[in-house]
Amino acid sequence: MMPAVRRSLVSVGLAVGVPILLVLAWALATQGTQNLYFPTPGKVFDAFTSTWLTGATMTKHVLPSLGRFAIGVVLSIVIGIVAGTAIGATPWLRSLLEPMLEFFRAIPPVALVPVIMLILGIDDSMKLAVIVSGSVWPVLLNTIEGVRAMDPVLTDTSRSYRIRGALAYRYFVLPAASPQIMAGVRLCLSIGLILMVISEMFAASSGLGYQILFFQRQYMIAEMWSGIVLLGIVGVAVAAIFQLVERRVLHWYHGSREVSRG
Amino acid sequence: MADKAPLLSVKELKKTYASATGPVEAIGSITFDVHAGELVCIVGPSGCGKTTLLKCLSGLLAPTSGSVRLDGAEVTAPPKKMAVVFQEYGRSLYPWLTVADNVALPLRAQGIGKAERTAAVERAVEEVGLGHAMHKYPWQLSGGMQQRVAIARAVAYQPEVLVMDEPFAAVDAQTRADLEDLVRRVWQDLGVTVLFVTHDIDESVYLGERVLMLTNSPTTIQEDLAIDLPAERDQLSTRALPRFTELRTHVYEQIQRAKRGELVR
Ligand SMILES: Nc1ncnc2c1ncn2[C@@H]1O[C@H](COP(=O)(O)OP(=O)(O)O)[C@@H](O)[C@H]1O
Ligand SMILES: [Mg+2]
Repeated sequence: MMPAVRRSLVSVGLAVGVPILLVLAWALATQGTQNLYFPTPGKVFDAFTSTWLTGATMTKHVLPSLGRFAIGVVLSIVIGIVAGTAIGATPWLRSLLEPMLEFFRAIPPVALVPVIMLILGIDDSMKLAVIVSGSVWPVLLNTIEGVRAMDPVLTDTSRSYRIRGALAYRYFVLPAASPQIMAGVRLCLSIGLILMVISEMFAASSGLGYQILFFQRQYMIAEMWSGIVLLGIVGVAVAAIFQLVERRVLHWYHGSREVSRG
Repeated sequence: MADKAPLLSVKELKKTYASATGPVEAIGSITFDVHAGELVCIVGPSGCGKTTLLKCLSGLLAPTSGSVRLDGAEVTAPPKKMAVVFQEYGRSLYPWLTVADNVALPLRAQGIGKAERTAAVERAVEEVGLGHAMHKYPWQLSGGMQQRVAIARAVAYQPEVLVMDEPFAAVDAQTRADLEDLVRRVWQDLGVTVLFVTHDIDESVYLGERVLMLTNSPTTIQEDLAIDLPAERDQLSTRALPRFTELRTHVYEQIQRAKRGELVR
């Protein structure tokens, strides 16, 4: 067998086999015990279908959560890229703001939740603000760095051919910074998902985070676990979508790096 | 020629860089004129300020003092009539755009319509012999082919002045000979004015109608020499001419003198 084929078979085998083994281990460990906190996989699976795959929970809890997550990270990405390119392209603005931005990024976003609740109340805008307040930083700081590190030869080329304004933004600045921007977006997505859950654990009455907390307080442990499983599935799906988009956006980057590695 | 107003006029140009270790005087004082349609080679040792001179000429760098005039107007920003081919050609192509799109982008910036743009891009890319690579990305091409793309982009832009900074320093000998002939052909076909910078003495004599020799930093002009070789040049026969040997020996000696700091006219 060719080594490349063997390698990809092995990786598919690991991707499928390891989770199966883990679930088997989980089943074995929980079989016959009456431990309240660690239900069997079967119970969690039942809870999963009866709790989350019903129309009512979908529309009341899951979809609004995912909607807020989507709006929150899109806001973060847009704000981060627009502000980041502006700051990155303006040296004096950059040296003025950068220490302060690093400071804000260093604050754990959860610490801001009470503050944001005070200012915005407890509705959707508060939840969005919590998501954005934490997930905007990696996009912003990476964009600034990506724009700052643009190749001066390419900058001179664009200047001498008088490529300016929207055209330069679309065909020069954004693509030049895009490897850094995408690295920022990857972080933004995982932080955004965490903050989506957390924002729903404070003074909320709906959402995935709220439901998980609610089940825990009701001692509906299998249901609680099934919510955590759902979060895992959402996380994997988001990562897969990101991967697809990244491959498309950065195909030139991966291609050129492959060539230069020889 | 001498009684017509020059296309490009450089007067007492001086450039001093401010660096962390103190001021670096790259260009002492340079004065010369270039008339429309000339092909001028600028030759000088590495580090003598050739790139600095070109950046000042093309409005990318402000001179410390002195002036550059193009068609009588002072150059303070990159002028519309000028195209630059950079020394680091690989880094001057947009890696996220195909060959065709790299050539097309400056035309788009000029507001040229799609149909006309496509035609101009095709013509220029064919002209440099890359018709088959139109939809490839620059990083899929060899160094010599990348340099051709940079030249095609400059040609499609239809500049009055084409400025090239050591464009062939990093390509192999055969490719280099082909590209030299390409530059001569472009110059003859388009009637464009060419300023060609090189550190290679043979190349400057083979290509130029005129050679400007530069001294070491702080740079001045050592000599301004007319090259009286026939207009039709050929890699083998032209380089074999006794006059070619005389001229390159002369340029070589002048550069050696310049290195020793003797300013002989
Ligand atoms: N941005 C800069 N800051 C300080 N010194 C520079 C800078 N660019 C070039 N120099 C110096 O100016 C001199 C001329 O450089 P350059 O114009 O690149 O020469 P060449 O193109 O002839 O090799 C060199 O001594 C170089 O170190
Ligand atoms: Mg140089």
